[in-house]
Amino acid sequence: MEQSNNKSLHTSRAFIIVALSLLAFGLFFGIVGTLQYLFPGYLKDNLSFEKVRPLHVSAVVFWIIFAAMGSVLTYVQQYNNKEIAFPFLQKVQYYLFSVSVVTILVSYFFSVFGGREYWEFNPIFALPIILAWILFIINFFNTQTSYKNQPVYVWMWMSGLLFFLFTFIESYLWVFPYFRNNVVNDMTIQWKSYGSMVGAWNMLIYGCSLYLMEKISGDNKYSFAPIAFILFFTSLFNLMFNWGHHIYTLPTHQYIKHISYTVSMTELFIIGRIIWKWRASVSEARKHYHISAYRFLMYADVWVFLNLGLAILMSIPAINVFTHGTHITVAHTMGTTIGINSMLLLAFVVDILMDKGRKLKAVWLNRAVLTVNISLLIFWICLIITGIIKAKWQMSVNPIPFSMMMASMHPYFIVFFISGLSMMIGFFIIIYKLLFTKHHI
Amino acid sequence: MKDTHKRLVFLVMLFLFLGYSSFLYTVQPFPDPPANTAAENGKMVWQNYNCSSCHQIFGLGGYLGPDLTDEYTLRSEAVINSFLISGTSIMPNFHLSEQERSDLIEYLKTVDATGSADPKTFKIYTDGTIEQ
Repeated sequence: MEQSNNKSLHTSRAFIIVALSLLAFGLFFGIVGTLQYLFPGYLKDNLSFEKVRPLHVSAVVFWIIFAAMGSVLTYVQQYNNKEIAFPFLQKVQYYLFSVSVVTILVSYFFSVFGGREYWEFNPIFALPIILAWILFIINFFNTQTSYKNQPVYVWMWMSGLLFFLFTFIESYLWVFPYFRNNVVNDMTIQWKSYGSMVGAWNMLIYGCSLYLMEKISGDNKYSFAPIAFILFFTSLFNLMFNWGHHIYTLPTHQYIKHISYTVSMTELFIIGRIIWKWRASVSEARKHYHISAYRFLMYADVWVFLNLGLAILMSIPAINVFTHGTHITVAHTMGTTIGINSMLLLAFVVDILMDKGRKLKAVWLNRAVLTVNISLLIFWICLIITGIIKAKWQMSVNPIPFSMMMASMHPYFIVFFISGLSMMIGFFIIIYKLLFTKHHI
Repeated sequence: MKDTHKRLVFLVMLFLFLGYSSFLYTVQPFPDPPANTAAENGKMVWQNYNCSSCHQIFGLGGYLGPDLTDEYTLRSEAVINSFLISGTSIMPNFHLSEQERSDLIEYLKTVDATGSADPKTFKIYTDGTIEQ
């Protein structure tokens, strides 16, 4: 397939350009939010934290979703060696998503909320998102030429697409009084949907990651191997049943907690395999280090290891009692969304945007990626330390007032700000290079 | 691994997931509380002003402000009301109407009645499980 002249691929690249813009926007508001931790009350009258947080969170969540959509739409065409089934529907999907997201972000500036944490926007905006996702599903399933003997990443894409739709709709069940009037059950369903939704978009991202690895190595043995499918079904099992760690402290059904605790331990199998394959991964890394996209995959591998370790610990209820509601949860979120999701997505972005004779200057890319990852590590450690401070405070018999506990974290907030700032600069360099590198053919 | 085996595993898991989901939708941990319009409206006030960006309920929400699950018990209604009227050095004054303030307090009262978010009150067992 001639990629350069394919109009559908141009549209899927447009998703990626919007995604990178959202990442830049989200990073900027992340820094504004950090300043509000550093200087309590900063911008209180004009741009207070209840606006800044959703501006940051929604922008980065939509960065993940847009980049994942653009990558899947590109790779499904490359894999099947054919153009997208319905280019017009792809354009409608693009415009529905883009207009909705811009409207959502503008609405936050005007304090128009009405939703829940992570989807703070008015629920009416969920409708075009659902519609756009259905168009995405229609296009994907019609572009996929065969459903027999497919590699594991096709299974992952299909599962991710369907489960995202299911969980996104599930996260809006609260609009019906039956679901929202019982506080505890409402929160149970809310966090059930959120936990599985993250698993759904991870399916799309990890699927792309396996496809890209296959493309780089030229070896498709792994994608059809039984171990790949065992890991896929383990991940799917976790997507479906391992969301209870969000609500261990909620006075809900005890069996939800037991199921989640048991299921989460299957992740030990995944982490065990990472350790087992460590040496092979290092030699693989040496072999492909010169490929820009591969470097992002390599960093993501390290973050998978660190975050999976943290996630397994947090899935043990006895440990979760200490970490829940503290910045350790934020550390896990940041490690996952930046260290894993963003590194993988940037690998796809490099692969997709640079396939037309555009070449990144490796020296700049290396410096920027290294800056992002070192900053993230400092940021991550800092969050874990502040989490430990809060955990100790929560468990204290005679706790000091909340404001004093927050004040005691101030030195860490300074480090948090500096590392956040350098991470933003690193990302800005990457984004600039990706968007404005000229063609060399 | 044959295609039929993969499809079978997928379908069994999907069936279990849908069954588990519908069970959770229909079997609630507590009977529904008596209809309380003020608390229901208060929940909408909570969402409309995006209170969860700073505050938590059962440890879920933002980190800039304190967890408010047990706030109704810990402070008097009058204290909560005064916070809502004047804001704090960090929290803006949202200029809530008297009705909105009253509904929001009623919502916090309902949340408080469902249980405690204080991790000190949990029993921790050696097998890693906990009990409230």
